[in-house]
Amino acid sequence: MSKPLDLTLQVWRQDGPDAPGSFETHQVTGIPDDASFLEMLDILNESLIEENRVPIEFPHDCREGICGSCGVMINGRAHGQERGTAVCQLHMRKFNTGDTIVVEPWRATAFPVLRDLVVNRSALDEIITAGGYISAPTGTAADANDTLIPKEVSESAMDAAACIGCGACVAACPNSAAQLFTAAKLWHLNSLPQGQPERFRRTEAMVETMEQYFGSCTNHGECSEACPKEISLDFIAYMNRDFVKSKIYNRRLASQR
Amino acid sequence: MATPTIPRNSASPTPRSKNKDAPFPLNLYQTAVGKKWVMAVTGIMLLGFVLAHMVGNLKLYLGLVEHEGQMVQDIDVYGEYLRDMLTPIFPRGYALWLLRFGLIGAFGLHIHSAYSLTVLNKKSNVRYENKPDWLASNFASRTMRVSGVIVLAYLIFHLADLTWGILPWYEWERGEVYNNLTSSLSNPLVALFYIIANTLLALHIYHGAWSMFQSLGINNPRYNEARRYFAAGFALVIFVGNVSFPIAILADWV
Amino acid sequence: MTTSSALNGKIPEGPLAEKWDNHKFASKLVNPANKRKFKILVVGTGLAGASASATLAELGYEVEAFTFHDSPRRAHSIAAQGGINASKNYRNDGDSTYRLFYDTIKGGDYRGREGNTYRLAQVSTDIIDQMTAQGVPFAREYGGLLANRSFGGAQVSRTFYARGQTGQQLLLGAYQQMMSQVDAGKVKLHTRMEMLDVVKKDGEAVGIVCRNLVTGEVTSHSGHAVVLATGGYSNVFYLSTNAMACNVTAAWRAHRKGAFFANPCYTQIHPTCIPASDEFQSKLTLMSESLRNDGRIWVPRSPDESRPVAQIPEADRYYYLEEKYPSFGNLVPRDVASRNAKTVVDQGLGVGPLKNGVYLDFAESIRRDGRDAVEARYSNLFEMYERITGEDPYTVPMRIYPAVHYTMGGLWVDYNLETTVPGLYACGEANFSDHGANRLGASALMQGLADGYFVLPYTIGDGLAPKLGTTPVSTDDPVFLEAEKAVRDRVARFMAIGGTKSPEYFHRELGKLVWNYIGMERDQNGLEKAIVEIRALKDDFWKDLRVLGNTDTINSSLEKAGRVADFFELAELMARDALDRSESCGGHFRAESQTDEGEALRDDEHFQNVSAWAWNDDDTPQTKHVEDLIFETVTPTQRSYK
Ligand SMILES: Cc1cc2nc3c(=O)[nH]c(=O)nc-3n(C[C@H](O)[C@H](O)[C@H](O)COP(=O)(O)OP(=O)(O)OC[C@H]3O[C@@H](n4cnc5c(N)ncnc54)[C@H](O)[C@@H]3O)c2cc1C
Ligand code: HEM
Ligand code: HEM
Ligand code: SF4
Ligand code: F3S
Ligand code: FES
Repeated sequence: MSKPLDLTLQVWRQDGPDAPGSFETHQVTGIPDDASFLEMLDILNESLIEENRVPIEFPHDCREGICGSCGVMINGRAHGQERGTAVCQLHMRKFNTGDTIVVEPWRATAFPVLRDLVVNRSALDEIITAGGYISAPTGTAADANDTLIPKEVSESAMDAAACIGCGACVAACPNSAAQLFTAAKLWHLNSLPQGQPERFRRTEAMVETMEQYFGSCTNHGECSEACPKEISLDFIAYMNRDFVKSKIYNRRLASQR
Repeated sequence: MATPTIPRNSASPTPRSKNKDAPFPLNLYQTAVGKKWVMAVTGIMLLGFVLAHMVGNLKLYLGLVEHEGQMVQDIDVYGEYLRDMLTPIFPRGYALWLLRFGLIGAFGLHIHSAYSLTVLNKKSNVRYENKPDWLASNFASRTMRVSGVIVLAYLIFHLADLTWGILPWYEWERGEVYNNLTSSLSNPLVALFYIIANTLLALHIYHGAWSMFQSLGINNPRYNEARRYFAAGFALVIFVGNVSFPIAILADWV
Repeated sequence: MTTSSALNGKIPEGPLAEKWDNHKFASKLVNPANKRKFKILVVGTGLAGASASATLAELGYEVEAFTFHDSPRRAHSIAAQGGINASKNYRNDGDSTYRLFYDTIKGGDYRGREGNTYRLAQVSTDIIDQMTAQGVPFAREYGGLLANRSFGGAQVSRTFYARGQTGQQLLLGAYQQMMSQVDAGKVKLHTRMEMLDVVKKDGEAVGIVCRNLVTGEVTSHSGHAVVLATGGYSNVFYLSTNAMACNVTAAWRAHRKGAFFANPCYTQIHPTCIPASDEFQSKLTLMSESLRNDGRIWVPRSPDESRPVAQIPEADRYYYLEEKYPSFGNLVPRDVASRNAKTVVDQGLGVGPLKNGVYLDFAESIRRDGRDAVEARYSNLFEMYERITGEDPYTVPMRIYPAVHYTMGGLWVDYNLETTVPGLYACGEANFSDHGANRLGASALMQGLADGYFVLPYTIGDGLAPKLGTTPVSTDDPVFLEAEKAVRDRVARFMAIGGTKSPEYFHRELGKLVWNYIGMERDQNGLEKAIVEIRALKDDFWKDLRVLGNTDTINSSLEKAGRVADFFELAELMARDALDRSESCGGHFRAESQTDEGEALRDDEHFQNVSAWAWNDDDTPQTKHVEDLIFETVTPTQRSYK
């Protein structure tokens, strides 16, 4: 059933963070259509090595769409044309022989290119570090069934928690805003009973850190379209609401000064 | 929080320094999400004004009416009324001025927040070499800045034209709203500019009136559908209403 | 070879149920004020590493954490789908600490330590509490209580899960907890840093040497103790369900520095993976085992069956598991299910274009419970399958085949999780762990978190207490400088070979050897062949390797070269260990040793023990040490799932 594909690839090559970059054109032939997009790049790299040319660096690890390592722009779309799919799960049967495929790294000032298609996404970790957690030191927890959590609540928390931290939302956003990533983590934690005590502290800290690195959301909605986990825009609204609330009744000031 | 916690190498992103918390409510306006919230609130005020203004202007079509014994253009009566509003609680004109101040404030904040967020986004964004293939965003959402600026330009022209009456091509007279309007808009170029500007305004509202709900956090999966229709409907009403005036005047229907 | 004095498991005295408490009481403590005077280096930030880093930091220790990933959240733990076990007995179906312990020991074919395994079962319940407190959105019932499922052939429903993303949610929980300590300044996190050597002074572990994968810079880091939580080595098979970057390097470098490597031949084959479709294939994708609860496994009875699946009548379908194991049917343990799949495929009954799979058929459960019910249970797995194969499992049966999935073997550790190198600890999949010769489904997440949250933080104090007042060895000390030089030289050597074949090529070739000779079924001459052929390929590697690019930017073929080099040495040891262990047990199946039903046949007289191998040098094979396994509570029986 496998029909081999012949493709023209235009891949972004860049030696290092400060080096200039440019597109490099490659002809790849006989790509089996049940290969994944990354396996296609593997095949290309093997042939490059044979020709004594430095292989292309691209981010990847689990190749199961769960670790969030992979991510490139394919023909102007983050993670390629298939909706709700990370590149590692995008298969070549979605392309046609003769296609020209342009591959470019994520771009945002907060995502400096490290090499070729690999960018530095540590800014996303900084947002988590700022408050993307529930302070429950090991050993302090009560029995898991002590707090009842309605199925609906934990399901919607799970919808948000499904974010794999790939950064496609930023890559796809015309403003390079990290709203969807941040909002997803906030809703995951803010919607659960365990998350209430730190809710507003967390929201303030994460949003303000986000704004130190990323742009501002003007509600284009590209992020959610590009998101491999199809995280909903609703969470962005909830984040905005919680943020303004946190500024208005700020518990930290209660009985202060 | 302010300084990165993960050891940095040559290619680490640099965080923008955070200016220290101003007293409430200014601290809200210090943040992008806060600015967006202000933008939405002022946006609503502006929407309200534009709608009311459009409705008021519809009086243009009511033509001559009986007023204090003589026949006058209804819209002039309306203009008069605006100035007489809430007298004797306030002296004549004061209420209008209050409205004006509110309006000026709204425009000021709306524009300033728009401006500073635009700057922030330009700083954060790196252009793709290969043109992105948009899926969700639309022409309106991507041209908010342009449409906004043109609306602003229009506004200034518009005030000069009908409120201050400093435009050369016709004799402007205070209170003679009908004459001013008709004589100004019977100039095809002016009319054309009105049409273009108000079309862009409608476009601006088409995205704005949806976007503001998100910015304010007004989101309920049950009614989210409705937000799109609301925005589209609002934009349409403003478009039809406002664009009709120059056309009507050119076509001498009024 | 007799019990080696080198191996003292330090299993506490006393009745099984009291061992852990007694031990905690007996261990020396470090008082709170003094904890910050100790620096602990944690390598690996998966479930085990992240939970350990977070907990140690909360206790007050100074922690430095290292990962070669760009973020701790990428660790391979993220990929776990099925769930995590805990003997909460929320279902009131007769589960208990003892039952979980017993199932684990039995599932491990009586090749695990009673003491460790019981402790694992004891703390399992705390894990669920801790993770829930961290905000892990475990599946719930409408009443708001936690949901459970039965998993991997367990007779009780003790598995907690979060959709098909249990590992992801648990890792995010542990990662976030660790990041809160990064925020608090108690954990210093180093990302994109690959540990390439353990540094010893006067026989004790005093630090590590790392290479920055972005800048190529080689740096030393010293501390009072080093913890390895660096995962398993399934990728020695090239094709496995593990993430591409999983490797043995950290553990192997430690092994070369004197840490014994235990039971390397204990590898687990997972029965339900998507069969390879081609030579270029880079990894195999796991389909959660929960599928076996509703799917029926079969192959056509005749090797030259040509009709489309739907038209094959029941009579011509061979439901081999149901026929051979009436009571367990499709839910037999992983190794049994896997081996039977191999048997039928070897008989030429395989299905699919390459005839390398068996059917996992949902037609009946769809007929029975309706498509919606099946969809509710498995929709995300079915989507994943369709995405990869382009076939719709609702209409065409899935094709599955076993793939390497987990490695029970690893660094030998005592009850304190300390390796044979004082001051060097191992937790998670990296140690030879509590699973004996075979791991039960949903028990690895449990063990990784047990080690990191509830075991290591206590036991490490015992080793640290005596070191109070000492400062970590300076990184300018000759021992560090030498280690750094060795690392740089090795990097230079890879670059210098200038051969013709890529690291990828050698890895793939090695994988074939390991799969064919040290895979699901092993026999003497196969293993002897393996040793010879692995050696030959290894020599070729060092002669004909080609690594291009520079050492001062990201260079994944360079990284890969180092990992493949270590895989070669590991593979050889696996073969030797498998050869030495002439019995069959759990995941280790020696063709020579089976019951007449084709079941793994143990030889308790000679092999009721742990084989721990000590490194000698590049030219002298490892020396085997033996730790006898003493069963005070359970009596080993011949496993039978008939
Ligand atoms: C597809 C799949 C599904 C699974 N499903 C289940 C399941 O349902 N239930 C279950 O219980 N178990 C499951 N497992 C097993 C389980 O996921 C793993 O055994 C467990 O997560 C291992 O965790 P760990 O913390 O020990 O190692 P890992 O999570 O692999 O973490 C290793 C860490 O070490 C770091 N590291 C490694 N080497 C170095 C080095 N040299 N220098 C620096 N850092 C290094 C890595 O960066 C990473 O952070 C599954 C495994 C797979 C492959
Ligand atoms: C009467 C005229 C105007 C009305 C009714 C109006 C209305 C709105 C509304 C409702 C929003 C959405 C706010 C949000 O999403 O939070 C908006 C956004 C915006 N407005 Fe206006 N506005 C007007 C004039 C202007 C002017 C004069 C400018 C600039 C010079 C401007 C620039 C913008 C920009 C840049 C945005 C972007 C925010 C976004 O895309 O969501 N607007 N406007
Ligand atoms: C074709 C559409 C429009 C027509 C026919 C129109 C007509 C008028 C008229 C006749 C006046 C003078 C009223 C008076 O002096 O009493 C006026 C004032 C004004 N218009 Fe418009 N207008 C139009 C669109 C707009 C729009 C889109 C805006 C805003 C973006 C706007 C903003 C104003 C303002 C701010 C004033 C001054 C009100 C005041 O006196 O304080 N107009 N308009
Ligand atoms: S929100 Fe979606 S796109 Fe953004 S990081 Fe998470 S998974 Fe990726
Ligand atoms: S695309 Fe960008 S503008 Fe907002 S809605 Fe998504 S972040
Ligand atoms: S490689 Fe892990 S998500 Fe794609």
